[in-house]
Amino acid sequence: MSAIELHLPALQVVLPLIGAMLAALTRSGRLAWAIALVVTWVTAANAVLLVIQVMNSGVPISYVLGGWSVPIGIEYRVDQLNVFVIALVALLGAVVLPYAKRSVAHEIRPELQYGFYTMYLLCLAGLFGMAITGDAFNAFVFLEVSSLSTYVMIALGRHRRALLASYQYLIMGTIGATFYVIGIGILYLITGTLNFADIASRLPEQMDAFGRPAMVALSFLTVGICLKLALFPLHVWLPNAYAYAPSVATALLAGTATKVAIYLLLRIFFSVFGIEISFRTIPIGQVLIVLSVAAMIIAAVIAVFEENTERMLAYSSVSQIGYITLGIALANQAGLTGGLTHIINHAIMKTTMFLALGAVVYRIGTSMLPNLAGIGRKMPLTMAAFVISGLGLVGVPGTAGFITKWYLVLGALEKGAWPLVAVIVASSLIAVVYVGRVVEVAYFKSPSAELADVKDPPLSMLLPILLLAAATLYFGFDTTWSAEWCAQIATDLLGGTS
Amino acid sequence: MKYDVIMRIGVKLVLPFILLFAFYVHFHGDYGPGGGFQAGVMMAGMLILYAIVFGNDALNRVAPRSFVERCVPLGALLFASVGLIGPYFGYRYLDYAPLSTNSIHAREWGILLVELGVLITVAATMTSIYYAFTERGQS
Amino acid sequence: MSVIEQFVSHHNYYVTILLMVSGLYIVIASGNMIKKLVGLSLFQTSVYLLYLSPAKIVGGTAPILDEKFQVYSNPLPHVLILTAIVVGIATISLGLAIVVRIYEVYGTIEEDEIFSSDGEI
Repeated sequence: MSAIELHLPALQVVLPLIGAMLAALTRSGRLAWAIALVVTWVTAANAVLLVIQVMNSGVPISYVLGGWSVPIGIEYRVDQLNVFVIALVALLGAVVLPYAKRSVAHEIRPELQYGFYTMYLLCLAGLFGMAITGDAFNAFVFLEVSSLSTYVMIALGRHRRALLASYQYLIMGTIGATFYVIGIGILYLITGTLNFADIASRLPEQMDAFGRPAMVALSFLTVGICLKLALFPLHVWLPNAYAYAPSVATALLAGTATKVAIYLLLRIFFSVFGIEISFRTIPIGQVLIVLSVAAMIIAAVIAVFEENTERMLAYSSVSQIGYITLGIALANQAGLTGGLTHIINHAIMKTTMFLALGAVVYRIGTSMLPNLAGIGRKMPLTMAAFVISGLGLVGVPGTAGFITKWYLVLGALEKGAWPLVAVIVASSLIAVVYVGRVVEVAYFKSPSAELADVKDPPLSMLLPILLLAAATLYFGFDTTWSAEWCAQIATDLLGGTS
Repeated sequence: MKYDVIMRIGVKLVLPFILLFAFYVHFHGDYGPGGGFQAGVMMAGMLILYAIVFGNDALNRVAPRSFVERCVPLGALLFASVGLIGPYFGYRYLDYAPLSTNSIHAREWGILLVELGVLITVAATMTSIYYAFTERGQS
Repeated sequence: MSVIEQFVSHHNYYVTILLMVSGLYIVIASGNMIKKLVGLSLFQTSVYLLYLSPAKIVGGTAPILDEKFQVYSNPLPHVLILTAIVVGIATISLGLAIVVRIYEVYGTIEEDEIFSSDGEI
């Protein structure tokens, strides 16, 4: 094993961190962008190498920081589950960045652009750290690193409401993170360790004496993380944050931030507490199912009535997160596979849609639905990508979204929960309505005179959009790297602990 | 306060000692309570005291705003880069063993460098907060 | 164990819970953005107490190895909370910075006034 391969887990976090500092040192938007471009693509390559390494070794890779052995030191632990999340985040972060140059130049004041790229890289570093670390408290610190940089990115939005959205998210996000710390604190009091694997091994023997505090810890952790992943009804911060943040930030956050929080939830449920405690001792599964169903229906209905397309997509995100948590709550092979697959599918689809809307904003300066009349004819490629991803959200066969829903339906049937099948179908039908509204306005209304000169965005913005739209189609046909991999992860999660 | 003689003379006398004490706290961090964080705050306190008495223009000559703001990421960069010494010599990230043959000494050096990064960042952050507050809305 | 005995021996946890709940209450009930941040800070601070209380070992000294002492306080929670304090400061100062920006743009930091000037967001 060559020298560099040994350090892949550390480099995954350290590279964006150093990149962020370099970007901040330049104090020039152009240079900062160049640094960010190099760093994101190198980290993406790093993540791919990490995937190969994990696939080859078959066992989790452990990397101890500073040479301090586990459980005294902090451990970076890479297994199938988190390398999957890391690869997703790294690739999305890299694909979005070429797009960022023009979009950021258009939406953010020149003297603040370098700050945006700094925060972009810091956010990535935080997300990687959250995903890769095997230490519960370390995860909190990285959670806050990514959150704080996210607040800044949102506050850089062009509308003054961006400040309010950022403030709101800061309050909610901090409460969520603090709940997480409380949960970890209680777990530490029970087990005397902070290493996830160590907690997991010590917890069962303590359950008789400290069963109730453990439940309290689990509840705090669940609520705290669900705040971060915007599970209904803890989603209040999300629509405004997504709607008023700069387009690039929205695209990044929609694809990555909530997904990493979901990973943390999975880690807590399946690896730390184990499926037995998480789902059978207290009815977290049932509560999650109810909330997921509420999210899938209610948020989708709200999305239908939104005039601001970015807010519409944000509510759609809340609804789609419902699918993922539903898959987790079902806690069976097919359901979990569906939930995990939706992490990647939803990330790709939503990022495409937000990038497409960002391109529209770049050309016409607004994303309000009435202003989009006829835009489909003026920006054919951009809107085609939007429609493809929209079909994915609906779950049309041949797109990635269909695969997810198929597994979720299987999972629900396996559980004998027929009503859930009806809910999945109903939510998909509502998705038809809100995606359909945009399609109707964009294609079947004639463009106004103001749109006469509008055309597709420059290639640097168009390519990422088309690439991701193609990925939506690709994952609809070939599921080797989505559903099949996720099925394997689901087996590990269910088998390794029950 | 520019024309207050006692203030000007008194502060001029005190400033070097604050700086000295800041360095003492930094280097003594290995043996007792202290370290880069506290030292950084003291150093920033010195700069801010100087600015309060002599005005922002004077501070701008000693520590220009753009320089101070660049120091914020610089300190963090130093912290992160010192960690890379380990992987370069075949150790783990944040392992300071290659800095010296004696492992305890090596850690001491490593921590001292890391704390230097912390000192730079903290001092620069505090000073730039002061700059941000006092110069806001003036330009 | 009598109720009073239990209360006295666990008094720091009761204080923690009181601080936690009052902090959360301020965040929810107050319409002033600065007061909300104060509440948030209180809420975070209560967690520091939650960590630090059990770290104190009765009769333990500062965890610097020395032949004269056998019992030490647990240093790990202190280190964790030092980190958490830094995170907390960063959060609160970022929050305050955003509030300053909000004040510059809206001319007020009362949530109801902002919503009435800008519509419910």
